[in-house]
Amino acid sequence: MRLHEFQAKTLLTGYGIDVPEGRVALTSEDAATIARDLGSEGFAVKAQIRSGGRGKAGAVRIVRTPEEVATAAGLFLGRTFVTAQTGPDGAKAHSVLVERAVTASRSLYVSFFIDAAKAEAVLLAGAEGSEDIEQQVHTGEMRLERLSLAPGEGIGESEAAALGQRIGISGNLLPEFVSLLQRLARAFSALDATLLEINPLLLTGNGDFVAADAKIVIDDNALFRQPELAALREEQEDNEGERVAQNRQLNYIQMDGDIGLVANGAGLGLATLDMVRAANGRPANFMDIRTTASSLDVAYGFSLLLNNPAVRSILVNVHGGGMQPCDTIADGLGIAMRRTGRTLPTVVRLAGNNAEYARFRFANFGCRVIDRPDMWSAATRAVEEARAAGGRQ
Amino acid sequence: MTILVDQNTRVICQGITGRAGTHYSSVMLEYGTRVVGGVRPGKGGSHHLNLPVFDTVATAMTETGANASMVFVPPDRAANAMIEAIEAEMPLVVALTERVPVRDMMRVRDALKHGSTILVGPNSQGILAPGVCKIGVMATGNARRGNVGILSRSASLTSEVIAQLSDAGLGQSTTVGIGGDAIHGLSMRACFELFLADPDTHGVIAIGEIGGTDEEELAEIIAAAKPKIPVVALIVGQYAPAERRMGHAGAIAGNAGADAKSKIRALSEAGVIIAESPHLVGETMHRALTVAA
Repeated sequence: MRLHEFQAKTLLTGYGIDVPEGRVALTSEDAATIARDLGSEGFAVKAQIRSGGRGKAGAVRIVRTPEEVATAAGLFLGRTFVTAQTGPDGAKAHSVLVERAVTASRSLYVSFFIDAAKAEAVLLAGAEGSEDIEQQVHTGEMRLERLSLAPGEGIGESEAAALGQRIGISGNLLPEFVSLLQRLARAFSALDATLLEINPLLLTGNGDFVAADAKIVIDDNALFRQPELAALREEQEDNEGERVAQNRQLNYIQMDGDIGLVANGAGLGLATLDMVRAANGRPANFMDIRTTASSLDVAYGFSLLLNNPAVRSILVNVHGGGMQPCDTIADGLGIAMRRTGRTLPTVVRLAGNNAEYARFRFANFGCRVIDRPDMWSAATRAVEEARAAGGRQ
Repeated sequence: MTILVDQNTRVICQGITGRAGTHYSSVMLEYGTRVVGGVRPGKGGSHHLNLPVFDTVATAMTETGANASMVFVPPDRAANAMIEAIEAEMPLVVALTERVPVRDMMRVRDALKHGSTILVGPNSQGILAPGVCKIGVMATGNARRGNVGILSRSASLTSEVIAQLSDAGLGQSTTVGIGGDAIHGLSMRACFELFLADPDTHGVIAIGEIGGTDEEELAEIIAAAKPKIPVVALIVGQYAPAERRMGHAGAIAGNAGADAKSKIRALSEAGVIIAESPHLVGETMHRALTVAA
């Protein structure tokens, strides 16, 4: 789960990390009020989308007056920003963060992440914070110092100090920097985060370190022991279908095409997506039904497709297993068609346990499905059906 | 020969009294796997599925002579169950549990460094040596004994590929689900090395997907080892939306060097035959084996 900047900053203050004073606003009037309350000489107005690369996408403005804050907020709210990380669909800003602008004498880069191949937590630090950090590291313009953390993710004082010196921190600043890294490491571990990035980390004229931006990604699999973080998910304005699907044992991601996809298993789901694209079709979604899903959960998944007016045909590609035979999927479609009163041309490819029984279930529910013996002929047929039903090419 | 399991594999199930543990243990017994007991803390001394239940893995090993454990413990306790088995020096641990937290798996990997256990998974469908031993959740209807080894990050695609191999008249030596999670035990590379040492494996199929670096490491070892047997790879997720979680925590496009195209390039340059589409894997292996013969 990726957090919003304002959520990440609120959490970090709980670990003794300084962030710029500010609040989140849902309207341009609120934004102006926050600016007046802050009473600063300058303000940062930042569109809240859960993506990096906002500066380049025009989602951050530095302005001088509350009136300018209101104008910037008005431009941002409801606007969709396309950044290097959002993909072509972009992400819509539903709120803005209004902060007191920070005057810095230096800007640094600090991040923590999990190196999965080595199964260890890693700290990266750079002598300069930058929008273009990936590019600069790639071209060799900037060097990031790397420190592997021991199990438990604590950082020893001497290794943190050595790291600080390598990025040009010295003198009185060094103990404060070491303590900051230790607090960040504690937050990273305690929040079950897989990424914590501060870019830039600003050093003020008074010698204080301030996190001017904060990016946190939480391990979804750890949310069961992070109830406060799990509650934050409800505050996020994700696609509601995607969120409910998670509780229904489905991994569902909406896309912008016209062919609804249903598969059991992430690998089979990705393969189905690849084949539909290879057949020049446009997937409306990715869906992976987990083995723990019941026919009612599956029905919820099908109803998301049936209720999506863009969907012109459905492709079902399932391998029945021990705990989830094919008929569970068939029942799910039957229930969803009855509930929504909507039918769509549905191409099925059934293999594995109870494939034959699933065909009876389809017949019992009155679902007229197009039964194909293999994945490729099913994918191409679903593309043809979408086209015949008037879908775009 | 097979890899990881054989006819002398004696399996215990950690979490045998749960719904999944009960179901799959009984299916495995029907298949002929020598399931010899189970572990459920607090229920030691009782019986389940006519098998003895123990409080700890160590006792279960002493009492039953088990040399493999299958972990069917819920995600909040799965890592501790794996670590208990590793500390008891269980030779093989197969973890089926899905959605184990990343930090818990970091503890498990640390425990693995201090022991000799081979961990397969988590989020694995298990290991199947057709007709010899099944540890896991996979359907076995299409599987049959033969000479193709499969190593895979995806349970569903393994079933699919086994069906395609059967259509092409090919059986399997062993199929191994290394698991779909970012942090796991046995790597693709280590699994491939086991297949290379098995004289009955005449060809290997690797099923990979976006995310992680397992496929890149596999490409490195293949480029170095220059195997004489054909290796066919299927990599899925070429058109996955960027940076979206796809059901496998490991499968996040946009991680360092983790997109489908770069994996395909690395494997292809190492001499691996890339299946052009997910439906062509069986055919591709059949052709490669014909050429090799």
